[in-house]
Amino acid sequence: MAGKREPEVDDRFRRFGTVGFTGITRVNDFITHLEEGRVAGTRCAACGKVFFPPRADCMACLSSRMIWFPVEGQGRLVSWSRLAFGPAGFQEEVPYTIALLDYGEFKVFGRIDRSLPEEELAVGLAMTVRAERLAGDRLSYVFVKA
Amino acid sequence: MRRVAVVGVGQSEFVRAYPGSIRELAFEGFREAMQDGGLTPADIDASIVCSAPEYDRQRSPAGVIAEYLGLNPQPTFHVETLCSSSTSGVRLAWSLIAAGLHDVVAVIGFQKMSEISSAESQERMGRGADIQWESPFGTMMPAYYAMYARAHMAAYGTTLEDLALIRVKSSVYGKLNEKAVYRKEVTLPQLSDPQDRMAGPVASPLRVGDCCANADGSSCIVLAAEDKARAFRKKPVWVLGAGAASAPVNLAGRDLFTGLSAAREAARQAYRMAGVGPGEIDVAEVHDCFTIAELMAYEDLGFAAPGEGRELIRSRATYREGKIPVNVDGGLLSKGHPIGATGGSQVRTIVLQLRGEAGPMQVKDPRIGLVHNIGGVGLYGNVLIFGTD
Repeated sequence: MAGKREPEVDDRFRRFGTVGFTGITRVNDFITHLEEGRVAGTRCAACGKVFFPPRADCMACLSSRMIWFPVEGQGRLVSWSRLAFGPAGFQEEVPYTIALLDYGEFKVFGRIDRSLPEEELAVGLAMTVRAERLAGDRLSYVFVKA
Repeated sequence: MRRVAVVGVGQSEFVRAYPGSIRELAFEGFREAMQDGGLTPADIDASIVCSAPEYDRQRSPAGVIAEYLGLNPQPTFHVETLCSSSTSGVRLAWSLIAAGLHDVVAVIGFQKMSEISSAESQERMGRGADIQWESPFGTMMPAYYAMYARAHMAAYGTTLEDLALIRVKSSVYGKLNEKAVYRKEVTLPQLSDPQDRMAGPVASPLRVGDCCANADGSSCIVLAAEDKARAFRKKPVWVLGAGAASAPVNLAGRDLFTGLSAAREAARQAYRMAGVGPGEIDVAEVHDCFTIAELMAYEDLGFAAPGEGRELIRSRATYREGKIPVNVDGGLLSKGHPIGATGGSQVRTIVLQLRGEAGPMQVKDPRIGLVHNIGGVGLYGNVLIFGTD
């Protein structure tokens, strides 16, 4: 068939989280890693600096050569908050708990698995991150007790 | 460089829903500043308009506002750093005047938060953070400050009652401030009574009473070069220090969770520029969008050592009669927080205090005052120091 082919738009990132706010990024491979069960960050191939969330460009050495690495091992719970209200698109999930884990070389912001009661949380708690499939073919990750 | 003074201050009443347009709202603060300083629009050489544009329907609001205020053909432009927009405007006005480009500059802050529907507001709330890496989890402003509160409690033993004491203090002065949106008293038992609305959960551990009220409002600060300032009718209040800093948006990029690094850096710069230390501040306005934010400000500004902020509120040292009065106009918690207008309102309070014109909220003979104004969750930090002759 003749005619011009539409340029293909890589908007994989549109699938990230309960509500996606942006679809196009040069770290779209993050979504493919999530689909394969890995939460991944990037490491600068030139200077070795480690990034989570993943970046396409290194501000330390200005290189754009990045190598993906899986987030493994345990992080420590820095803090959390359980929301009684949510913004548009999240109201049906309330209450849910957002949190930050410290892995030493980097930190990961996300949500705590809803099966874990708030009473069991404490600053410093050892946790791990797990890729998660959401309704509607969406992808995310959650923190669970190590 | 030329010295720069504040020569006129004004603000609108802060209200739930202003029954007029944004230009009319901006006029309210502007008129009060003109009358306060004995000024006319012809005295103004340039205007800086400050707001958080996600609440505006008008694109590029500086244009319509400058026209309505009679500020054509002088240059005008818009400045935005979220909740600290109008102190960013004041700092910029200082530099324009100190450099000799303009002699008199008006900084006009406004926000009509009721301009958009509550559904639109719910949608905007979801985009208040890093939309790529945080917003997809359903984040909201109170939850971020709640995470700081939790970390502060875990590190130092700060309690919910300490936070409640800050809300109680703000209500004492909100009652006295005729411009405040929330003028009722809040008591300690209210914040621990599960049946009371004030104790209702928002984002653990923060409750309704820990959070400031949205409001519509405007403010206006007029600054002038030294020779001009002495010719205007009010006693000049000098800008002694102006510090500003930023921090990563995403919490994953931060290292400090018991204070705001941008506030600490801005304070360091402002103290150095002014040649004063925290012990010399006689009265302060701090950005208490949440109770924990005021507690952290005590420490970030050096009024207390890290972890010891609670002692200031427990001992009532930050009340009007205390060692370092803080937010004796009701603060954001009681006065309300119309984003783009807030910093200008804080500056107005300090200027009135330093002139001895703060009425029932007046602190005894203050000479040096400080404003701490934060944008986002410690994303932007501005600290300004003012003094009299």
